[in-house]
Amino acid sequence: MHRTKLFDHVILMMGVFFMVGPLLVALMTSSHEAADIHRNGLQILPGGHFIDTYTTVLTKQGGFTGKITGLRMMMNSLILGIGFAAGKIILSMLAAYALVYFRFRFATITFWMIFTTLLLPLEVRILPSYEVMNTLKLTNTYTGLIVPLLASATGTFYFRQFFKSIPDELLEAARIDGAGPFKFFIDVIVPLSKTMIAAIFIIMFVYGWNQYLWPTLMTTDESFFTLVRGIKQILLVWVGSNIPDYNEAFALAILAMVPPVMIVMIFQRWFIKGLTESDK
Amino acid sequence: MAAINITNVSKIYAGGVEAVKSVSIDIADGEFIVLVGPSGCGKSTLLRMVAGLEAISKGTVEIGDRVINDVEPAERDIAMVFQNYALYPHMTVYNNLAYGLKNRGTPKAEIDARVAEAARMLEIEQYLTRKPRALSGGQRQRVAMGRAIVRKPAAFLFDEPLSNLDAKLRVSMRGEIKQLQKRLGTTSLYVTHDQLEAMTLADRLVVLNGGQIEQIGRPLDVYHTPASTFVASFIGSPAMNLLRGTRDGNTLHFGSQVLDLGRAPAFPGPITVGIRAEDLRIASADEQSLTLKVEYIEELGAQRLVHGTVDGKKLTASLSPEIEIGETMALTIAPERLHFFDADTGRRLAQPFDVSASKRDTAQTLEMAAG
Repeated sequence: MHRTKLFDHVILMMGVFFMVGPLLVALMTSSHEAADIHRNGLQILPGGHFIDTYTTVLTKQGGFTGKITGLRMMMNSLILGIGFAAGKIILSMLAAYALVYFRFRFATITFWMIFTTLLLPLEVRILPSYEVMNTLKLTNTYTGLIVPLLASATGTFYFRQFFKSIPDELLEAARIDGAGPFKFFIDVIVPLSKTMIAAIFIIMFVYGWNQYLWPTLMTTDESFFTLVRGIKQILLVWVGSNIPDYNEAFALAILAMVPPVMIVMIFQRWFIKGLTESDK
Repeated sequence: MAAINITNVSKIYAGGVEAVKSVSIDIADGEFIVLVGPSGCGKSTLLRMVAGLEAISKGTVEIGDRVINDVEPAERDIAMVFQNYALYPHMTVYNNLAYGLKNRGTPKAEIDARVAEAARMLEIEQYLTRKPRALSGGQRQRVAMGRAIVRKPAAFLFDEPLSNLDAKLRVSMRGEIKQLQKRLGTTSLYVTHDQLEAMTLADRLVVLNGGQIEQIGRPLDVYHTPASTFVASFIGSPAMNLLRGTRDGNTLHFGSQVLDLGRAPAFPGPITVGIRAEDLRIASADEQSLTLKVEYIEELGAQRLVHGTVDGKKLTASLSPEIEIGETMALTIAPERLHFFDADTGRRLAQPFDVSASKRDTAQTLEMAAG
């Protein structure tokens, strides 16, 4: 057996230092006053204003209109993240189901066409997408925020690969058992894909949560602002003769991190299972 | 319960490959038919066409007087047992059994009763709440059979159900399948590549080769009067010895070795002669014999298989373990035990001493008397 040596600990501790260090600094700095930070830079010891800062960030009405609170932004981010992840899963599962289980002409070509779009980042089609949403008058709506991003080559690809690994006999047994295509999907495919769904959910939630460019483009109404935008906004809005509210920006950054971390922690077990093995 | 009539059924895949070539089988109500043949002989394709999992290219399949060519698998009133069990991994055993019934809108009470009955029959009652993952291979196969039984279908279709089990379990499951089928009296179509399984299970065997039927018959008839060299070498273990020879008058020549038949058969010169390993015995001093050059021996316990050559051609003899093995052995066979096949087509030729035919007649008479 391998005995843990000092050197191993050093490596691990360095890992911890580099990964957790910045987070710790952000957390600690957020508990100081803005002026304090301005004067003394980043902090690694707790200041006395932890509760004040976070209460302010979550509940203080801010922004140009003076109506948006941190809580509101957090909710917007959640709606975007969850709507985005759930929508993507439903859409890509249905697409993959069609690709794998229905023999139609050009199925393979269709798949490869979808697959090639993996190579294109969102930014490539951001202007046409915006134009479409604008024409449909969907700017400043949750629909406009979420729907254009739903089509997912990544999700379709993962689910296609997974469905392909499900033995054909299961489909045949279900056909003999009198299950139609829809029943087979709901009764067999969906329960079998549980771990896969969890894995995709995490990836997509974090992806949706961290969106910056698209929400910036789609929403001008502050009540639709997301957390990620809010962080930027704080530093912009308070610029002037005042000191920027560094502490609030840090607090918001910490808050923006909590939900994705929680999602990962909750789904972690399934997540690893989903990516590494198929439950058969 | 119903008869199945397969009439001139062909399967032609895109690209013109003909996997099944105009096969006709009439299966009586309650009969246990085994389709047997080597890989790629079309036996599974044929079964899947009956099940409705493959489209029928030509011909018709009737189940109980209803042509089911264009009927959905679920509507065909059949149940299928798959080689890899195909149990729904996320459902408990109970739900696996009940799923087909639920989809048909069977009342809950009836589902419970039928599942309980099937579970009792298969002795899987204590596993009903488990997931298939927690079961052994044999138990899983029982569940798969349970899923077929609860439906009370007109016919069972088995697609190599025992291939994934270990040898010992296979033998005991074989017995159980046979008993179950007898008890339920459900028409069954069973696919296997294992000739032993085919022999032991079947009421009638269908030997397939290259998408065509080589022979249909009761296991012993197929064993004793194989219709072709293919059947002769496929059914029975060890396989029947097939020797090229020539007939000259009353005698058969294998190179320099000669067997006197005692009478002149009706077929001409070159010929393939079939010899069952167990029909060979040690020749006594005054008997005619073939000289076997012994190469190696397989000990099976109850008997011993002696492999060697006769005039350079391979021959296997099944002998009692008491017999001493020399470097060469003089073996003989009663002429009426020989099988004769056409040297070119491999088809069975009219036998000069058709003892097996008369034996079969006696057997049939006895059976009728008993019935």
